[in-house]
Amino acid sequence: MHSTMARHQCSYHLLPTVACLIGVFVTALADIHVPHEPLPYATTALEPHINHPTLEVHHGKHYKKYVDTTNSILGDGSVGIGTKKKKSLEDIIRESARLKSSSTASTALFNNAAQAWNHAFYFKCMRPPGSSDAVTATKVGAAIKRSFGTYQTFRDSFVKAANTAFGSGWAWLVYDTATDALLVTKTIGADNPLTTAGHVPLLTIDVWEHAYYLDYQNMRATYVDAFVDKLINWEFVEQNFVTAVGGEGGGGSKKLADEEL
Amino acid sequence: AERAASPRRDILNKVAGAAAVVAAPGVAGAYEVPDLLYPFEGLEPYIDAPTMKIHHDKHHATYVTNVNKATEGKDEVPILDLMADALEAGPGIRNSGGGHYNHAFFWDEMAPHDKASKTKPSAQLDELINKSFGSMDEMKEKFEARAAPGALFGSGWVWICVNQKGDKLELVGTPNQDNPLMKGVLDEVMFPILGLDVWEHAYYLKYQNRRPEYVSNWWNVVDWDKVSENCKYAVDNHAGVPVRG
Repeated sequence: MHSTMARHQCSYHLLPTVACLIGVFVTALADIHVPHEPLPYATTALEPHINHPTLEVHHGKHYKKYVDTTNSILGDGSVGIGTKKKKSLEDIIRESARLKSSSTASTALFNNAAQAWNHAFYFKCMRPPGSSDAVTATKVGAAIKRSFGTYQTFRDSFVKAANTAFGSGWAWLVYDTATDALLVTKTIGADNPLTTAGHVPLLTIDVWEHAYYLDYQNMRATYVDAFVDKLINWEFVEQNFVTAVGGEGGGGSKKLADEEL
Repeated sequence: AERAASPRRDILNKVAGAAAVVAAPGVAGAYEVPDLLYPFEGLEPYIDAPTMKIHHDKHHATYVTNVNKATEGKDEVPILDLMADALEAGPGIRNSGGGHYNHAFFWDEMAPHDKASKTKPSAQLDELINKSFGSMDEMKEKFEARAAPGALFGSGWVWICVNQKGDKLELVGTPNQDNPLMKGVLDEVMFPILGLDVWEHAYYLKYQNRRPEYVSNWWNVVDWDKVSENCKYAVDNHAGVPVRG
């Protein structure tokens, strides 16, 4: 809206036109904005598996900090990414991943942007316990059977990945476009499947200690079991799968610039 | 290992020595979690008792269990001796052996505040700090910056080390349970004299996301006498400091 008005005013005089164009450019930079997506449920909604204090800090502090830092870096111009329009958060993650080996600013942008994406995705991967969705009656359920043989085999693989990610990391169920199959993977730090060609994330679990420490302390395996058996939002996983096989990339992210400009 | 004389350490050393003789020598699987030199609540309010108990009895204990599994059937050597080639030895030694060394090192460099506050760097350590960082305050500032969540992203440790030559101190961070003694982790092997665990489990119960507050509070429990001993050892021997367990 803002820059549409600016464009109208640009056409009349040369010097103000130049100033206008610079203004539009700066406005476009400032408008690349990653939202702090609200929690899809109350902070008490996942109890007793993940408790209110955890969700309050995890969503309200950790996730928010990643979002704020990402926006701050995009706004300060230290990384030459935010200058182009029509960037999604996925684009920013992929570009900063490519740049990060040569630049600490890009590493910081990657870490924060990827963590912003990872957390938004993670919170959507959960829903209050006791919901009636089940993996069996879904297309992704059928795909799990095709790729792993049985649900139990998938479960064992996912649980093992989550428990053996050493340090801070994530475990994933991904769709691999190259093989039309599902895979379990694990990543460290902020890394996620978006930077692996052809991998579309369907489901994730955060195994950074902050995800479970208040509720489970060192007992990561108990947290992982609770997540897998009580909390997975299979409707969301199904949506991601259907989108992935339909070729659009999945994950539910919006094109940022379209929303804001 | 030469350590500064103190009645408590003398007794502990003698007891540890006697225990080592009594325990079957040469049998791997003999790594142990060393007892803390202070009670779990001893580092309050800077590090809380529940954290100390879980950190010591669960996290450290798991590393010990796993490094014992990884060294089953092998000759027993001090955990320090496994550090240099830890990357080559594989993830069991690297992660769990590193975890055992790092935590054993960590417990002994700290003391309850009423004791810690009476300790200070030796003349040797003081000189090295001033030479390497300008002053103690500047060293602390740089250390805190290196330990910030953006600078040490994820899990890891921040260290002050004596360099190879023994004439300068270096400030470094290492990921996960790596440490500066391990070949291949940093540009050169160096010898830690002070280290801080910034894995979330080290501070989450009390501080949650507020890692900078944990780090700045931690100076209150640093035993500078022990750090000075570590420094003297590293400079004299061009080697890493041995640890109990």
